[in-house]
Amino acid sequence: MSGWTFFYLLVFPGLLFTAVLGLLVGWVDRKVSARVQFRVGPPLFQNFNDFFKLLGKETIIVKSSLHSLFVLSPLVAFGVTTLIAAMLGVVLFYGFGFGGDLLVMMYLLMIYSVMVILGGSATGNVYSSLGAGREIKLLLADELAFILVCLVPIIKAGYLIKLEEILSAQVAQGAFIGSFSGALAFIVGLLCIQAKMTLPPFHIPEAETEIVEGPLMEYSGPLLGFWKLNQAMQWVVFPFLLIILFLGGFNSVGWGILWSALKYLGIVVIMILIKNTNPRIRIDTALKFFWKYLTPVALLAVILAVLGV
Amino acid sequence: MGWYKRRLSKSLWVFHVSGSPCNNCDIEILDLLTPRYDVERFGIKLVGSVRHADVLLVTGIFNKKIAPRIKRIYEQAPKPIFVVAVGTCTSSGCCFKDSYNIVPSREAVIPIDMYIPGCPPKPEAMIAAVAKLIGVLNG
Ligand code: SF4
Repeated sequence: MSGWTFFYLLVFPGLLFTAVLGLLVGWVDRKVSARVQFRVGPPLFQNFNDFFKLLGKETIIVKSSLHSLFVLSPLVAFGVTTLIAAMLGVVLFYGFGFGGDLLVMMYLLMIYSVMVILGGSATGNVYSSLGAGREIKLLLADELAFILVCLVPIIKAGYLIKLEEILSAQVAQGAFIGSFSGALAFIVGLLCIQAKMTLPPFHIPEAETEIVEGPLMEYSGPLLGFWKLNQAMQWVVFPFLLIILFLGGFNSVGWGILWSALKYLGIVVIMILIKNTNPRIRIDTALKFFWKYLTPVALLAVILAVLGV
Repeated sequence: MGWYKRRLSKSLWVFHVSGSPCNNCDIEILDLLTPRYDVERFGIKLVGSVRHADVLLVTGIFNKKIAPRIKRIYEQAPKPIFVVAVGTCTSSGCCFKDSYNIVPSREAVIPIDMYIPGCPPKPEAMIAAVAKLIGVLNG
């Protein structure tokens, strides 16, 4: 491990950059939601204030919880998110692989969900375990469609599985979203990501009004702060993944910078608008939606990609 | 500490505790959180779990049945925590002051940092009170 590895992990595409960008995009989320509801919305550094405030509060380790798991799961989730952010960011900004390919990425994304499940069930609270159970079902629902979606760019890049190879294939033959199967997979992928980030209409595990934030219910102080930071960092991780897989990555010369920023903000704003215009659905409806409608569409996209459409 | 207090004052998360009110104050608190008053401008957010709270909005007269539970909720909240009492009930007893089953002193149950009088207080009055709390935190 050289010094650069630490730089990639901790500063530029990794921890610092992703955390700051994620908290800022979290502000964009709250501001756009506020404008949709004809409100003014919070000030620019609201999410930073929230995070630093949580760092200074008392941490309560719940007596009925499994203490080690309760403390470790937000931290492990934080580490995993940082690692994903660094891997994606290095491919996007420097154009070379940091080790690991798309399969590793899918595993790491799954570890995050598993950490939410473990953290929720470790608290010993009924509502938290309900939320954890729903997280499992949601994972079951969206995972199949998500894997199929990830297959499409692999096939289109000529059965290459490394992220940087997928990216360079798109530089050679144009962004995959330009083809029919690519566009189809992109739409399904957007909805899967909405579910993976547990944003409305898929915020079933966290349902504030029903099971009081589910897995996060018993967390307080810095541990809650880390969960919130993870959620903010996901605002960076998932759009970046979509950009690598379908939109042909970033371009860092001249007008390309503006175009790259537009790609990112476009995905974010679409997600915020979906979030604001849909009420929460039940878990069985979500399961039906993913298995009955989205998975066949994703399968169709895979078949079309094999046929080369 | 000044820096931390300023961060805290800009992000007060509110938990709503109902200690046997007539329910009007609670409805008025819900009014406060509607888009019309938009308290998110000040970073104020309603949270569903007391573990996330910075401010407890307490309403009502605290009868003998609810008082131990309010105490328990206060103890479950992560410190530092502020208690804002909403309504004349909590400050002076209002129309229930001669009732047979109320606790004699509400301050003996939990320490109260701030009172908002009114039966029920207007949302504007609550915003003014929270702004005062922010002012106190900022020193
Ligand atoms: S202060 Fe008035 S409105 Fe509020 S709970 Fe008491 S009686 Fe009801």
